[in-house]
Amino acid sequence: MSLDRVDGLDKLSGKSAFVDDLTVPGCLFGGTIRSPVARGRIRKIHFSTAVDWSDFVIVDHRDIPGSNEVALIESDQPALASTNVRHLHEPVLLLAHSKLHRLREGLRSIRVEIEAAPPLFDVEAQPTKEMLQHGSDNVFKRIDIRKGDPASVFAKASRVIEGTYRTGSQEHVYLETQGMIAHQEGETLVVRGSMQCPYYILDALTIAFDRPKERFRVIQCPLGGGFGGKEEYPSVVAIHAALLAEKAGRPVKIIYDRQEDMAVTTKRHPSRVRHRTAVDDDGIILAMEIDILFDGGAYVTLSPVVLSRGTLHATGPYRCDHVHVHGEAKLTNSPPYGAFRGFGAPQTLFAIERHMDVIARDLGLDPGELRRRNLLCQGDTLATGQKVQDGVDLTALLARGEELAGVSLATQEYAAFNRSHPYLRRGVGRATFYHGAGFTGSGETHLASEVWVEGLADGRVRLLTAQTDMGQGTMTILAQIAGETLSVDPRSIEVVTPDTSLVPNSGPTVASRTAMVVGKLIEDGCRELQRILDSGSGPPSGKDFQNALELHHRENPGDLLRVSRSYQTPPGQNWDEVSYQGDAYACYSWAAHLAHVEVDLRTFQVRVTDYVALQEVGRVLNEVLARGQIQGGVAQGLGWTLLEEVILENGAMKNHQMMNYIIPGSGDLSPIRVFFEEIPSPSGPGGAKGIGELPLDGPAPAIINAVCHALSASIREIPLTPEVLMEFLGGKE
Amino acid sequence: MRVLTPSGLDHALALLAEFESSLTPLAGGTDLLVSWPHQNSDEVGFLDLSPLRAEHSAPRLEQDALVLSMLTTYWDVIASEEVRTEFPLLLAAALKVGAVQIQSAGTWAGNIANGSPAADGVPVLMAYGAEVVLRSTRGEVRVPLDRYYLGYKQSVRALDQLIVEIRVPRRKREIEWFHKVGARFAQAISKLGVAVTRDETGHRVVVNSVAPTVVRCRALEDHLDQGGKIESVEQVRALLSFDIAPIDDIRSTSRYRESVLSRLLYFYLRKANLRKANG
Ligand SMILES: Cc1cc2nc3c(=O)[nH]c(=O)nc-3n(C[C@H](O)[C@H](O)[C@H](O)COP(=O)(O)OP(=O)(O)OC[C@H]3O[C@@H](n4cnc5c(N)ncnc54)[C@H](O)[C@@H]3O)c2cc1C
Repeated sequence: MSLDRVDGLDKLSGKSAFVDDLTVPGCLFGGTIRSPVARGRIRKIHFSTAVDWSDFVIVDHRDIPGSNEVALIESDQPALASTNVRHLHEPVLLLAHSKLHRLREGLRSIRVEIEAAPPLFDVEAQPTKEMLQHGSDNVFKRIDIRKGDPASVFAKASRVIEGTYRTGSQEHVYLETQGMIAHQEGETLVVRGSMQCPYYILDALTIAFDRPKERFRVIQCPLGGGFGGKEEYPSVVAIHAALLAEKAGRPVKIIYDRQEDMAVTTKRHPSRVRHRTAVDDDGIILAMEIDILFDGGAYVTLSPVVLSRGTLHATGPYRCDHVHVHGEAKLTNSPPYGAFRGFGAPQTLFAIERHMDVIARDLGLDPGELRRRNLLCQGDTLATGQKVQDGVDLTALLARGEELAGVSLATQEYAAFNRSHPYLRRGVGRATFYHGAGFTGSGETHLASEVWVEGLADGRVRLLTAQTDMGQGTMTILAQIAGETLSVDPRSIEVVTPDTSLVPNSGPTVASRTAMVVGKLIEDGCRELQRILDSGSGPPSGKDFQNALELHHRENPGDLLRVSRSYQTPPGQNWDEVSYQGDAYACYSWAAHLAHVEVDLRTFQVRVTDYVALQEVGRVLNEVLARGQIQGGVAQGLGWTLLEEVILENGAMKNHQMMNYIIPGSGDLSPIRVFFEEIPSPSGPGGAKGIGELPLDGPAPAIINAVCHALSASIREIPLTPEVLMEFLGGKE
Repeated sequence: MRVLTPSGLDHALALLAEFESSLTPLAGGTDLLVSWPHQNSDEVGFLDLSPLRAEHSAPRLEQDALVLSMLTTYWDVIASEEVRTEFPLLLAAALKVGAVQIQSAGTWAGNIANGSPAADGVPVLMAYGAEVVLRSTRGEVRVPLDRYYLGYKQSVRALDQLIVEIRVPRRKREIEWFHKVGARFAQAISKLGVAVTRDETGHRVVVNSVAPTVVRCRALEDHLDQGGKIESVEQVRALLSFDIAPIDDIRSTSRYRESVLSRLLYFYLRKANLRKANG
């Protein structure tokens, strides 16, 4: 079923109040003074004498009551730089004023003087001693996955095919920029704003202020998009707003404008992936050696876990007994790279899926045929030893995708077309891939997410989770899952907006985990509620459930009928964090994407003319929302592939305006035809698996493979802007 | 900040004469207000032209010219059946400027006056042989658009002058073509653009984003006027090199601009030549 978005009308009519829409009496506007260089020591901060500073609130690192850090995996990132800066735009000082134009004047009138040190921008370069800024080698995280004995296979192999693939960064371009409001409410600091993970912010505040959790309340406002960009970064804005509010004794609002947001916040990790593959004459893969390098930027932030997901997806959905995957995330003096839909997997999947076409070309095989000979079958194992046993038939999935995309006919037609047309070239490309749903490895076990399901006196049900709706439809999906489980109208289910003083910690809204992991807990919680209300004639549902609920409250007036459900590791699921062996994810979604392209050799522009996205997702919970996720993800992936170029200057984004950072518009999109297959999984509610990130993995390889087909070329880098394509072709033709 | 609101065109010109350098004319504001939050000072003055819209926005067809008024927007052209039909390149360019919000607020005069080398309205006007009518309290002058610019963001316009009209001659044209290359299908600033016409006065090939101003490619025009053939991309590139000087910037590279412009013109002119040969 496709329940309408429960927040749809409010969003459509402008009733939803985003953080910048909130007016708080007596509120000051806050802003940030940032480092003007990529690396150095702070010498002095100059305040212009032309400005009257007496009515400004000014905060620096000395105003931080607790530990000067943005607490996450490690503690290396300061909330405000004290002595050293490690990237351009690093926050140094905060200002607040009651008038926005005075704040802007203040921000223009402070100069941070820095004794510059040599910055490191090239992540592939071996750092010299003076470039070392993290540990002994600037490596944030190193991961190895080993299976079999690849060295001995390579030693004997007759054919070894190599390739190096690179992907660029990507900016989230959520419609709503970062923003927070902080104010004091008695003993409590209240922070509300645009965020994916209220409890991450709560944790970061407790450490920066060195105060117990109870002294903070973090509230999520309606969210204008996230895509991972509101996973870790909002903690920075929240700490800043809270510091200013506490010092001012008044509410403070910090809203980044688009230019500031694009210049300073996190982006997708740039990557370089090297493949060495031993194959036999029939194209059977014998051994794989994969070397991954991610640019982590200046602080650790989430790079270790992004790298982890990247390495775990690096082999693609192929059978291979001898594998070594090595991954590193390293420091550069760029603003930290961070979470972005796909979380490292799109980078490594681009590499393997391009590499498969390179291998096919080398062997003179059809790229679809090469894949069919190597795709995982039931009972095969992934590089970590995890067994594939969810019933998917990848060969059939690819065959259906190729049929839906009309590959064989198009291939013939394009050959003739390309011979005769003066400057247009057409091609078709494919990618087969998978995406692990939920946190990696034992992440879900550590998180131990908790949800509450409450049965109310009026017969309705209330759901309490920390899950945020950033436009993807969380509130709708959770209501729908509860409604279906209880056979009641989902519109009667209340989904509470996350507020750390009201809801339990059900974990962050990331990693394609909400519908699957949290939805499953909701489903279990609803079942438990039915059991509690069972008066002997079986768990009640529908009208009976509501009657039983009302009866319960009549008999127990004032009772809080609340069921708590916490994540339990499924029996038999094992993961070894050290050896990277075992069940890396509870389950995987599988997909075959196919793209048709037309290349204009006058302008070197690539136009995608048709796109087929076929995926096996366990169960489609809400067809409309699911299609929206897939189409949006494909559009975002197309942007990353062809248009979106983060141009760096001094390590930070130079083209930090929507005028010069080009995301696709509707005119740049082909039809995106979405098809689902459903094999229910035990991991999610009603069999559903995660789908949020999956569609980001396919477009880059499918589109570039199509371009390579059209031009008989072998392109190994994205974004493939027209300028890059022109240089690649050497101005030929 | 100061915003002055004139009661009519004469009043506007009088205000400009009085405050000259401290007053910036504001038409649609789609260029002027882009970097509003990032300006260096709050001490700015505007002459708001919008009150003159009722009288000075409708395009009109005179005996020998189409007259775009001071506040004619792209949308005014898109919406006019007569103008659209007789001047298809104006329609083509208008449809490629921003999206409907910008098309309905941005003006042709503002596009010219802003002086960006990437302006999309200017190449088609110049290819049609347009004249700019400048007026001040001192009087009125007409300047051919191809002599309006003096250098990057520099023009013959004095600070007390307003562009009050743009006059586009009504001529019979044998060929006319416009092509914009932006980073995406719509809502993109030109990496390069080209407009080509041929009428009784000869060929005009006008390009944007490849020189400090929008320019005519005179060497190529002369070659075509003399009946020269189009033989290769290299030949077109060589002819263009007399008039263009593309640079690397945040939106593209000089090599790309030069190469793509040559290719577009080569494929277009070769086809146009063939048509002429066959017709
Ligand atoms: C989102 C967006 C997309 C855009 N896309 C495009 C595009 O695709 N192609 C393109 O070419 N441009 C584009 N622009 C730029 C802009 O819209 C155009 O240049 C437009 O024609 C400017 O007209 P305006 O009336 O808004 O000018 P304003 O911003 O009002 O003025 C621009 C300049 O002209 C001066 N001026 C205005 N009118 C007169 C006059 N009558 N006499 C003398 N001086 C005058 C002003 O003082 C100012 O210096 C875009 C802008 C935005 C914000």
